[in-house]
Amino acid sequence: MKFAANSVGLVTAKTVHFDAPFRVSCGRDLPNLDIVYETYGSLNSDHSNAVLICHALSGDHHAAGYYNEDDKKPGWWDNYIGPGKAIDTNLFFVVSLNNIGGCSGSTGPTSINPATGEPWGPDFPTLRVRDWVESQRLLADHLAIQRWAAVVGGSLGGMQAMRWSLEYPDRVMHCVVIASALKLTAQNIAFNNTSRTAISSDPDFHGGRYYQHDVIPKRGLAIARMIGHITYLSDGVMGEKFGRELRSGSFDQGTESVLEFQVESYLHHQGDIFSENFDANTYILMTKALDYFDLAREYNNDPVIAFSHARCNFLVMSFSSDWRFSPQRSEEIVQALIGAQQAVSYVEIDAPLGHDSFLLPVERYNQVFTAYMKQISQHLGSDSHAS
Amino acid sequence: MRHDLIILKQWIQPQARVLDLGCGDGALLDDLANEKNISGLGVEIDADNITGCIGKGLSVIEQDIDNGLSNFSDNSFDTVLLTQTLQAVRRPDFVLEEMLRVGKECIITFPNFGHWQARCYLMLRGKMPVSKMMPYNWYDSPNIHFCTVKDFENLCVEKKIKIIHKTVQMALVGTKKDHRLKWYNKIWPNFFGTHAVYHVTR
Repeated sequence: MKFAANSVGLVTAKTVHFDAPFRVSCGRDLPNLDIVYETYGSLNSDHSNAVLICHALSGDHHAAGYYNEDDKKPGWWDNYIGPGKAIDTNLFFVVSLNNIGGCSGSTGPTSINPATGEPWGPDFPTLRVRDWVESQRLLADHLAIQRWAAVVGGSLGGMQAMRWSLEYPDRVMHCVVIASALKLTAQNIAFNNTSRTAISSDPDFHGGRYYQHDVIPKRGLAIARMIGHITYLSDGVMGEKFGRELRSGSFDQGTESVLEFQVESYLHHQGDIFSENFDANTYILMTKALDYFDLAREYNNDPVIAFSHARCNFLVMSFSSDWRFSPQRSEEIVQALIGAQQAVSYVEIDAPLGHDSFLLPVERYNQVFTAYMKQISQHLGSDSHAS
Repeated sequence: MRHDLIILKQWIQPQARVLDLGCGDGALLDDLANEKNISGLGVEIDADNITGCIGKGLSVIEQDIDNGLSNFSDNSFDTVLLTQTLQAVRRPDFVLEEMLRVGKECIITFPNFGHWQARCYLMLRGKMPVSKMMPYNWYDSPNIHFCTVKDFENLCVEKKIKIIHKTVQMALVGTKKDHRLKWYNKIWPNFFGTHAVYHVTR
């Protein structure tokens, strides 16, 4: 199989091991860290063209390209990372990692806790978004990247990008925040809690110690994903995609067959795939980090004061049909940035696909994203092209 | 560059914080950033214009100014600009109030409907004026609130808006005779001027 000209093609994941204890914001230490990451494009000679990709709830380090020639699906953000794409790998050195607490190779609940010789499971320290920023900072140091040309993220990834701009203002030139929020609303926390409850009430959950019982809380995790999936799509797109189409059975009078709507089958399928590939403890940990995030908490609860610490330019994007992270949430970010007199651009993309729009090909989103990234590359100094 | 923009540039201080409402593709903000090192922010609703601004590295917010400027705090900008847009907003008086709340000073430019050609057009032909400058028909025009220099100044009196500077001059779009300011423009601006440029404050 030959890959498209605008694909990064074959990629391999790398792992970096940090031997020193990593102090987590909850006060506990992880004795060491493994971080799995991928890079696309080349770092230029003055190391000024690096872009950090922060993943969302269920993402990982595999953001673009393929692992082998038979791979059916590319990385999760392949629509926007590649030669000539919005995050142009001819211009930028793109770094994408699996956040700690994840389940794709970086230190997380499935890793062995050296103190017990058993998987961490539910004993893995509670993480905050700032812990991800701190571990990403370790990775930046390892890769000799003093300053990111851009830190980019959608949803939970956008929260990391914003936190970067406040924790390390001198190390971020541009911050791209897509379909994100300063903090979750009560409704949003409620969805996450319902998902977590589905997992924890699965008899196979065993208080999070399911590894020891050689089972996984598949049903609970599948339901959690189904709930999430409903909220990531819009009413409109679900209607368009599935309507009231039946997958099996019939409404004919005089028959009594098992009826299944297309949307039911789709959701079950999505839930099943997810539950086989994702760790339940990671899901709980990640959704809690989402719930706990509040950008302005330690800035007197004032996002204007919070953003007054930033020293980068911002691009904020939202999607009209996104009700999980609605345009209103993005407008709150923008209003605070304006109040803090920061350079900010904002667009609300008219897209029918709900929160998932940020992952999918949307023409105007692509145009704005491309224009923004291109002008970044034009201001990287004399040596802006990959060496 | 459009003549009203050349005039208004002189009223903007170096390093000023400037909000440009209906900033188009950002040409003016770009110019002001280069010439006066201002810190600018544009507000625009047209998708292509917004992309154009972003491509120039300018800050731009997608927002409809008809819905107000409630996301901007009082006196948060040195100068707020509204060029050739006053006639296209739903409530010019409301937009003016909002501009004066957000900015310490405001600059407004608009086509003067009191110009003799517009008067003659209406008087002789009995139809709403259509010209190179205002090429739309009455039913498809984005310009829904045309006014004259006199109308605007009356509104300023009513709203207690102080006029710092004003220039109403003759501009022939697309000719080399742009930005002509003759003696008769000064004596009777509402009759001889096509383009009004007002620098106001409260």
